[in-house]
Amino acid sequence: MDGLVQLQKQLVDYTASLFREGFLDDQFNQLQQLQDESNPEFVVEVVTLFFEDAERLLNELSKTLDSSFPNRGQASIDFKKLDAHVHQLKGSSSSIGAQRVHSVCISFRNSCEEQNVEGCLKNLQQVRHEYSLVKTKLETLFRMEKQILEAAG
Amino acid sequence: MAAGSSSNWVMESAHDVPHVLAVDDNLIDRKLVEKLLRNSSCKVTTAENGPRALELLGLTSGGQNTMNDRSKVNLVITDYCMPGMTGYELLKKIKESSVMKEVPVVIMSSENIPTRINKCMEEGAQMFILKPLKQSDVKKLTCQLMN
Repeated sequence: MDGLVQLQKQLVDYTASLFREGFLDDQFNQLQQLQDESNPEFVVEVVTLFFEDAERLLNELSKTLDSSFPNRGQASIDFKKLDAHVHQLKGSSSSIGAQRVHSVCISFRNSCEEQNVEGCLKNLQQVRHEYSLVKTKLETLFRMEKQILEAAG
Repeated sequence: MAAGSSSNWVMESAHDVPHVLAVDDNLIDRKLVEKLLRNSSCKVTTAENGPRALELLGLTSGGQNTMNDRSKVNLVITDYCMPGMTGYELLKKIKESSVMKEVPVVIMSSENIPTRINKCMEEGAQMFILKPLKQSDVKKLTCQLMN
């Protein structure tokens, strides 16, 4: 019993830290509130969709920006296409409450609008970094929740 | 239901469950809006773009209406920014149709641009909602629908 209480406290503290550090915002609370007995895995499902979608978009962004491809000189970067992908990522990150990812996407869209290659490259690095962080943290969160469910029997 | 008034959303009977068509090209947003609407006791059909939405509403010539008469749509909620046909263009097409023009259309957007909002309202949108969508947004919507 004591172990369960400990786990629950850890989960509460960990979740609070994610909000405090700006990884998550209130929209994540909205997701949690939507979860119910008819769909007890809702948050994990939506977040998993987000992970898949984000990874696909990050790949597309890399392909569009990567100047190591022989026939992709900087002059031929399709900023409209870049912006379209970033817009998608901005939308999904906002919808699940991934605040930091969302913020970088806003900067990224500005870089696209300005056709600023350096800016875009930097933003891509930033968004990859923030995505990787929030992914790790959410996976940890889900693991902790699972442990609690298992401990509660 | 009063004719000629797109603000009259009254359901035909208290037992009717609102049937909402939700249109969004973003998968995560589709899943979210679907859950939000289901949690407000709505029946939901989703579409990933305008042309598909028109198809489902039976508004394309020669297109297959995959929803039968008993599943008549009571509300359309659509994202504004979609590739190809925008939510605004979809709104226009619905309002131009003789069959569907009374159906309330709600526009969602992540961007708070007054000219965009005005344009949609002038074209007959019922409401403009800022993304990300929250439970309170959907409750407000469905309350009006069930009034």
